[in-house]
Amino acid sequence: MTIPAHAPEQLKNWNRPRIIEPGGDGDLLEVAMGPHHPSTHGVFRMDVALDGERVIRLKPVFGYLHRNHEKIAESVSYLASMPYTDRLDYICSLTNNWAYALAVEKLTSQEVPERAEYLRVILGELTRIQNHASSIGFLIQEMGASGTPLMYAFREREKILDLFEALTGSRMMCNYMRFGGCRVDASAAWLDAARKVVAGLPGFVDEFDQLLSSNEILMARTQGVGILRPELAVNAGVTGPMLRASGINYDIRKVDSYGIYNRFPFRVPLGDHWDVYDRFMIRMLEMRESIKIVEQALKDIPAGPVMDPKAKIRGFRPKAGEAYGRIEAPKGELGFYLISDGGPNPYRYRVRPPSLINLTVLEDMCLGSDIADVVLIFGSVDIVLGEVDR
Amino acid sequence: MVDEGLKIELGKQGVFVTTIEELYNWGRKSSIWPMQFGLACCAIEMIATTMARYDLARFGAEVFRPSPRQADMMIISGTVTKKMAPQVVRLYNQMAEPKYVIAMGACAISGGPFKQGYNVLKGIDRYIPVDVHIPGCPPRPEALLQAFMTLQKKIEAQHLTGAGRPRHLDAEGQGEFPVPVQGEHDLEPTSNKGVWPLPVIIR
Repeated sequence: MTIPAHAPEQLKNWNRPRIIEPGGDGDLLEVAMGPHHPSTHGVFRMDVALDGERVIRLKPVFGYLHRNHEKIAESVSYLASMPYTDRLDYICSLTNNWAYALAVEKLTSQEVPERAEYLRVILGELTRIQNHASSIGFLIQEMGASGTPLMYAFREREKILDLFEALTGSRMMCNYMRFGGCRVDASAAWLDAARKVVAGLPGFVDEFDQLLSSNEILMARTQGVGILRPELAVNAGVTGPMLRASGINYDIRKVDSYGIYNRFPFRVPLGDHWDVYDRFMIRMLEMRESIKIVEQALKDIPAGPVMDPKAKIRGFRPKAGEAYGRIEAPKGELGFYLISDGGPNPYRYRVRPPSLINLTVLEDMCLGSDIADVVLIFGSVDIVLGEVDR
Repeated sequence: MVDEGLKIELGKQGVFVTTIEELYNWGRKSSIWPMQFGLACCAIEMIATTMARYDLARFGAEVFRPSPRQADMMIISGTVTKKMAPQVVRLYNQMAEPKYVIAMGACAISGGPFKQGYNVLKGIDRYIPVDVHIPGCPPRPEALLQAFMTLQKKIEAQHLTGAGRPRHLDAEGQGEFPVPVQGEHDLEPTSNKGVWPLPVIIR
């Protein structure tokens, strides 16, 4: 992989050694950031060794929110795990539902009706929009812009959550997808309400873009900070906006075209500076693409059932075998790996969480940067601890 | 207590009469500063409560403090695991009196959907005194506002003297709560007997 000619100066020595030698007299200051720290997204600890303000070592400590998701899922029926998947990445519960439903549908070879596929796309993309908006809000909040951008993001998020609540009965923990379709049908009134909300979204993204993208402080703080080299990103298994900000064209919606994504023309934004600003910008651009997808899906949605009447959702025993269902969740590749031994509950249930795997490169991005930038780099990964620790 | 009729009559004359207790409690209940401390899913609803639509600022509580030293109230917003419980108790110990706790959500009050897990605490009230419990998974922002108003009523009704006086005015009152440590199989001790008496199981 070649370094682009316009890449910032820091990249010219990207081949730097993994261990940074401290200068000065070699005395290091060790700081434990977390598990209670205003910048961490939940309960996460970073043990940082500092030489002055420069980060020499960074050791992430996980497990403060380990809630035994996988173990519980192995002891209950397939359907009973669905509400638990809501609580993995609790900002985007609908995409978690979707990934799990997809894995079980592969295991039991079920078909999903057309209308349900459209509803899944609509809800999945709305989830992506609200996740990206709030993750940008949190990132800017950590830079010190207390309140305003986050308030803009949450104002829009509330509108989308109202739609979720009207359809699924819950604001955050939607528990909506089922194996072979969706739980309830969307009424014509709901679709009209959704069209109205979606019609307002481009204006919001323009406003957000205008407010933030060319902000001098934001540019000074984020450009050239937290660089993630494409080869490292690929080797570490990083996915989602993080990977695309490093310039790798990999979007599971395009690669797998699961569901009906091959019917929607949309572009995949790619970064070419590989820094925090690119990750911020990728999220901004992905929101615009998602709006286009939702608009088209709301236009094309056909009439019909949302659930295959023959589909069994409870009390079924899949044939012995294994399946891996993956989708492009807002944070990256979310996969569920299931092994069935023919019983009513999975023999092995494994989540491939994008947050955890994106977080493994945190030290590589932070080495050599200032302690103040660690907060920003960490924020740009966009993690949710429920998914990291499970 | 001042007679209500007399108080109104004096008010008409431009004389404001109150008790120290009322004034003190009015001040305390109108500016509760919560600690900026999110644990899990409920933290997102807690943030949503502070945002424009629900606007916690109406209750004088929008100032979220990252430091426990500056906070009056702790919202336990989410699942407390056995790895996190010592930190939660330590943070509570570090807060200055008078201090209050809202246990938000099913996980914080009882372990919630993860109760059967091996790593989840079955309610934070086993270790620290909780003033208001909110059920829900997660509770809606309105529920958090309701809990807030409940807490305000509780503060308003506190007497500064007598048997029911708050802990910080009681020389005998407990200041520090024992921080549990991870033992061989479970947290040691498994609960604080002074705060959470073991329930009697009726068979």
